[in-house]
Amino acid sequence: MTELFNKSIEELHSLLISKEITATDLTAETFARIKETEPQIESFLALNEEKAHDLAQAIDRKGITESNVLSGIPIGIKDNIVTKDLRTTAASKILGNFDPIYDATVMDKVYQADLIPVGKLNMDEFAMGASTETSYFKKTKNAWDQTKVPGGSSGGSAAAVAAGQVPVSLGSDTGGSIRQPASFNGIVGLKPTYGRVSRYGLIAFASSLDQIGPMTRTVKDNALVLNAISGFDAKDSTSAGVSVPDFAAGLTGDIKGMKVALPKEYMGEGIQPGVRDAVLKAADTFRALGATVEEVSLPHSKYGVAVYYIIASSEASSNLQRFDGIRYGFRSEHITNLEDVYVNSRSEGFGEEVKRRIMLGTFSLSAGYYDAYFKKAGQVRTLIKQDFDQVFNQYDLIIGPASPTVAFGIGENINDPITMYMNDILTIPVNLAGLPGMSVPAGFSEGLPVGLQIIGKHFDEATMYKAAYAFEQATDFHKKQPVILGGGKA
Amino acid sequence: MAISEEQVKHVAKLAKLSFSENELHEFTSQLGKIIDMVETLEEVDTQGVPFTSNVADTINVMREDVTIGGWDRDELMKNVPESEDGFIKVPAIIDNGEAGA
Repeated sequence: MTELFNKSIEELHSLLISKEITATDLTAETFARIKETEPQIESFLALNEEKAHDLAQAIDRKGITESNVLSGIPIGIKDNIVTKDLRTTAASKILGNFDPIYDATVMDKVYQADLIPVGKLNMDEFAMGASTETSYFKKTKNAWDQTKVPGGSSGGSAAAVAAGQVPVSLGSDTGGSIRQPASFNGIVGLKPTYGRVSRYGLIAFASSLDQIGPMTRTVKDNALVLNAISGFDAKDSTSAGVSVPDFAAGLTGDIKGMKVALPKEYMGEGIQPGVRDAVLKAADTFRALGATVEEVSLPHSKYGVAVYYIIASSEASSNLQRFDGIRYGFRSEHITNLEDVYVNSRSEGFGEEVKRRIMLGTFSLSAGYYDAYFKKAGQVRTLIKQDFDQVFNQYDLIIGPASPTVAFGIGENINDPITMYMNDILTIPVNLAGLPGMSVPAGFSEGLPVGLQIIGKHFDEATMYKAAYAFEQATDFHKKQPVILGGGKA
Repeated sequence: MAISEEQVKHVAKLAKLSFSENELHEFTSQLGKIIDMVETLEEVDTQGVPFTSNVADTINVMREDVTIGGWDRDELMKNVPESEDGFIKVPAIIDNGEAGA
């Protein structure tokens, strides 16, 4: 059998349609590939082998439908998305024994599309981190260099796709958690507009910022998966009742006349020279394709990290109150009274980074500090949003780096929370404004992938995909592969 | 503004977390640095600027007042650490010391 692990969704689909392979073959090959590469990558927390096999057989019996390109395609799921009867931990000890009794709405959609969920992917604990190192369970490795972090928090989702374990995965993004790991692993990752994809069954970190999105090796694959997971959901009152276009329909390669903005604040201090060069070259590629690229200003972006750490931590401190050792999850054995159940279960069950955020959030919301911190942050959030509104009055898209740096070494930043937080400086403002953002491969620096961030207007993912596709087709970056996928050194 | 160990202890109590003396020391220093970082917001003039808590357009979401199926009780109890006769079991709310007083 030919090697299936580096094929795109469309390539796999045509093999399935022509009956060169069956969904059962593809599923079996996927698990073989995962088992072969897992010692190097360590991206999976749980495998869904038996159920995946049954699903594949059922799809084969029914027959692959030509109109559904996703039918029989394996998918990996970030472990903060609840999956019925399949262990879901959010990479935390406090949920180490949790088997959900229901599926997230995105899982319902995954099953409706006949995608085959093959397992749960590692992440930073409760999605709090930028390197996947805060996982209680394991350290996932970058697909390009196993001494480097995969980024985070969707590090498992990114590394699994980049290493050819799965053609597609779902991640979640609260401050950059899809885009930064996509950038670090040289793949395509998109955080949809807030409200585009239902959050029902996504273990909440910061409810006003969280979104689920697809991670893939190509732009078109990404658009195809977003088609399947989008849409209004009565179970999520913040999901939007807007129509879902076919995101793959506008991928023509033609972006003549498109107006692209490059914020000067995204190219300043702290951006590695190799990253800056790649983004400047990307701007030239857009110009060569007939778009205009002009420098703009987003003056409040530098406050994004401060605003984010107050708002996201405050929301997290509230959301994570539910983990109390009573109804599910870890319960401490060191208890003599009810208060001990709460305090000791939480203190033993949460990791350090999660506790840090709960503490910062509780502090920001506490009597005497609320106005100076939480309220102030909410006001600066308005200013950040207004910056974007002004630029989008005149431009179709904003571009910049997805991350200030390429992937850093495992252990390098883990003891320095503020340096770790600064990783998200270019992605956070997008979440604060509820905008869609994506990362696409845009070159290499120090042998590691650089991601170009593309930011769009609210609910205008279609224009982002159009531009990303044109950029992808005009460049060769997505064709370079890490050694684990059979490629040479970048 | 640096944060004191006393303040950190107070916040920990509100958050239902406990820390050893060493951890408390470490957290006080780390939180102090994070608070210094977020205090850069003080330089932004926000007079009269509205507060953004959420970017969704919807305010209230209504639904028809009809009954819908609930969860099976046994299923809901599946992840409960300790239960008895269909109830969740927890230790005494008042500990023995106070109960005996």
